[in-house]
Amino acid sequence: MAMTDLRLRSIAIAAAASVAASLCAAPANAWEPTRTVEFIVPAGTGGGADQMARMIQGIIAKHHLMKQTMVVVNKAGGAGGEGFLDIKGAKGNPHKLVITLSNLFTTPLATGIPFSWKDMTPVAMMALDEFVLWTNAASPYKTAQDYVAAIKGGTPGQFKMGGTGSKQEDQIITVALENAIGQKMTYVPYKGGGEVAVQLVGKHIDSTVNNPIEAVAQWRAGTLRPLCVFDSKALPVKDKIAGDMAWSDIPTCKSQGLDIEYLMLRGIFMPAGVPKEAVEYYVELLKKVRATPEWAQLMHDGAFNQSFMTGADYTKWVENEEKRHRDLMQKAGFMAKN
Amino acid sequence: MESIGDLMGGFAVVLSWHNFIYMLLGIMLGVIIGVLPGLGGANGIAILLPLTFSMPPTSAIILLSCIYWGALFGGAITSILFNIPGEPWSVATTFDGHPMAQKGQAGEALTAAFTSSFVGALFAVIVITLAAPLVAAFALQFGPAEKFSVFFLAFCSFIGMGKEPPAKTVAAMMLGFALAAVGTDTVTGGLRLTFGSTELLSGFDFLVAVIGLFGIGEILLTMEEGLSFKGKATGINPTVVWQTWKTLPRYWLTSLRSCVIGCWMGITPAGATPASFMSYGIAKRASKDGEKFGTGEIEGVVAPETAAHAAGTSALLPMLALGVPGSPTAAVLLGGLLIWGLQPGPLLFVEQKDFVWGLIASMYLGNIVGLVIVLTMVPMFAAILRVPFAVVAPVILVICAIGAYTVHNNTFDVIMMLVFGVAGYFLKKCNYPLAPMVLAIVLGDKAEEAFRQSLLLSSGSVSVFWSSPLVSVIMALGLVALFWTAISAAISRVLKPIFAR
Repeated sequence: MAMTDLRLRSIAIAAAASVAASLCAAPANAWEPTRTVEFIVPAGTGGGADQMARMIQGIIAKHHLMKQTMVVVNKAGGAGGEGFLDIKGAKGNPHKLVITLSNLFTTPLATGIPFSWKDMTPVAMMALDEFVLWTNAASPYKTAQDYVAAIKGGTPGQFKMGGTGSKQEDQIITVALENAIGQKMTYVPYKGGGEVAVQLVGKHIDSTVNNPIEAVAQWRAGTLRPLCVFDSKALPVKDKIAGDMAWSDIPTCKSQGLDIEYLMLRGIFMPAGVPKEAVEYYVELLKKVRATPEWAQLMHDGAFNQSFMTGADYTKWVENEEKRHRDLMQKAGFMAKN
Repeated sequence: MESIGDLMGGFAVVLSWHNFIYMLLGIMLGVIIGVLPGLGGANGIAILLPLTFSMPPTSAIILLSCIYWGALFGGAITSILFNIPGEPWSVATTFDGHPMAQKGQAGEALTAAFTSSFVGALFAVIVITLAAPLVAAFALQFGPAEKFSVFFLAFCSFIGMGKEPPAKTVAAMMLGFALAAVGTDTVTGGLRLTFGSTELLSGFDFLVAVIGLFGIGEILLTMEEGLSFKGKATGINPTVVWQTWKTLPRYWLTSLRSCVIGCWMGITPAGATPASFMSYGIAKRASKDGEKFGTGEIEGVVAPETAAHAAGTSALLPMLALGVPGSPTAAVLLGGLLIWGLQPGPLLFVEQKDFVWGLIASMYLGNIVGLVIVLTMVPMFAAILRVPFAVVAPVILVICAIGAYTVHNNTFDVIMMLVFGVAGYFLKKCNYPLAPMVLAIVLGDKAEEAFRQSLLLSSGSVSVFWSSPLVSVIMALGLVALFWTAISAAISRVLKPIFAR
């Protein structure tokens, strides 16, 4: 389950290489879009993937990075299956992109909707989204250990974990947490991360595993408390957010005795069978997006893991991640029964 | 009062000339977006959002929120003139607005609708100005059980509301629930009633259903009647606005009640559509002319329009104060806030004073400007009815098809719209009310989700629906609304002998 050191190092190398590449003068592009590019979001409006897609669209428009326009289209049906099937059906169309979240792996496994990343062309990993264990600031749990002890001492299902969607990343982490603690919790699915954070502020649930950007506003207002981050190392952002705490002050869950790591892909794919030059064009485009101050601000605000990967590295990463999700989903009993 | 001072600062921000031009532009665009069915405020704002990235955030939110106000105003126009709601929240406006147009009172109906919208919005903005922190605290109390109780109340206040027999209302509502269940089940993540089809993965969008049931259904009915508009076309009457205004103060109680319902629904967040239905249902019960509702009562236009606009406006409050959108449009605006580098949430009011109070000031001014614009156009809108229906019908048909397509950029939705249209025609012929069905399609899955989340939280015990004073009171109100006919009959039976003596 844990990300190996080797993989982390390869991320770092890839990131360094990409920075070096973007510094070199980009060669004249052989391919360019000839009509409007459709950017599919396999999730609803207002969520993390949607925000990132609209951000990318906005940056491209503002800095005139592309001659053609880009439109963002939400296809959220069937836990994102609708959007991915659209890409699968658009074989050879170089004017379609899709941004992924973990439903790239979880939706086909949980619902049996027939698609996989192999039906698409990987373009680039834009970032990895972190997960943090949150409780209400008024709760007595100051550390993850306090909270774990309380769960252990309670009855099965007594503690309520809220999360986004069902049989997706939040519930996978919850199951991993249950296994690590040895006690059942009650998982309550909601439609969006912002709603989950507010339900925790209103004390309707006991904890969440919100992404940083989903809960940061409530943390700054002093209504939520982060307990630990589900990553192998602490977050990099050192600005003070709430009182004298920064993202980097949140301990890793591993250091709190919970050996759970989970990061979510924010990556870009294209339909299968597109020309190689088109993929290269979008890789260059996305590199330019990453070099803008707006992007840096988003990464900073959301305490993202700023890994960037393309080509074979990215494909390999996705392949491993799919295996890992299949394993996690099987263990959790989330596989479709047909 | 500190907030008044902040508000004055806000006006200073808004009243710069370029912000004022954005405001006018936004209202105009919004009215057009509101008139076109399908192309709702949420879609309109999503399309224009990228254009605003290079603007200062305050100007951008003024432009986008004014589109929203414009869309709220514009939704009523086609409801009244053609019985085709431009937006889901104007479905309830058709009940009395269209009969008024048929009686030759289109101008009066439009004036009443626009003025009520303005009153509702103004009330909601005043609530936001004076009580934002209090209201935000109230919104936090709404967990799944409380949300379900609100939906329950909305459904209950509907049964027995129309002219149709309650059994048919319930049947139509159940059909709506069944349609709402299609697609992905949020609680288990499984697929329901999709029969292996890709198109049904996202379920039936209520916008497509509304366009089909009302728009296409209405055209089919009119065709059957020989392509003639049943109503009297009136001449252009420039004084209609003034004449209608003189009659409106009579309905102050309905207005006030609708304002309260609207604000509450906008904040909790149920949204403008249930607010308009609930307000209409309660106005019908409470009015002494209740039996005449549905035949062209001006009060039946005032109630839903006031509530829809109050809800639409107050829906922005949870977005600003908590970071949780109260409506789909607010969700898109929320995305915009993040892109402009603002963080919605409890600290927005403290850290981004210019922005928040600029927005609130633009709510005041935007609505005033919007009212003036739409009211001056009332005689013109009313004159559309003079165009022969044989000319208007194909135009409406094309606009409906475009509207259905833009919901998800999907041709399948256009086919679904036609299917809903034919279904709507037969349902109307058989005297089944369409509105309860629409309400169930809009709220069905949300109500189900809240119900199941509540049961998860209570480990399966239904006692969660009377576990706190707030939820108990709302559930009790719902039951009273459900059995109102029986209760009022019982009361009059008890009271009659007393008064007879």
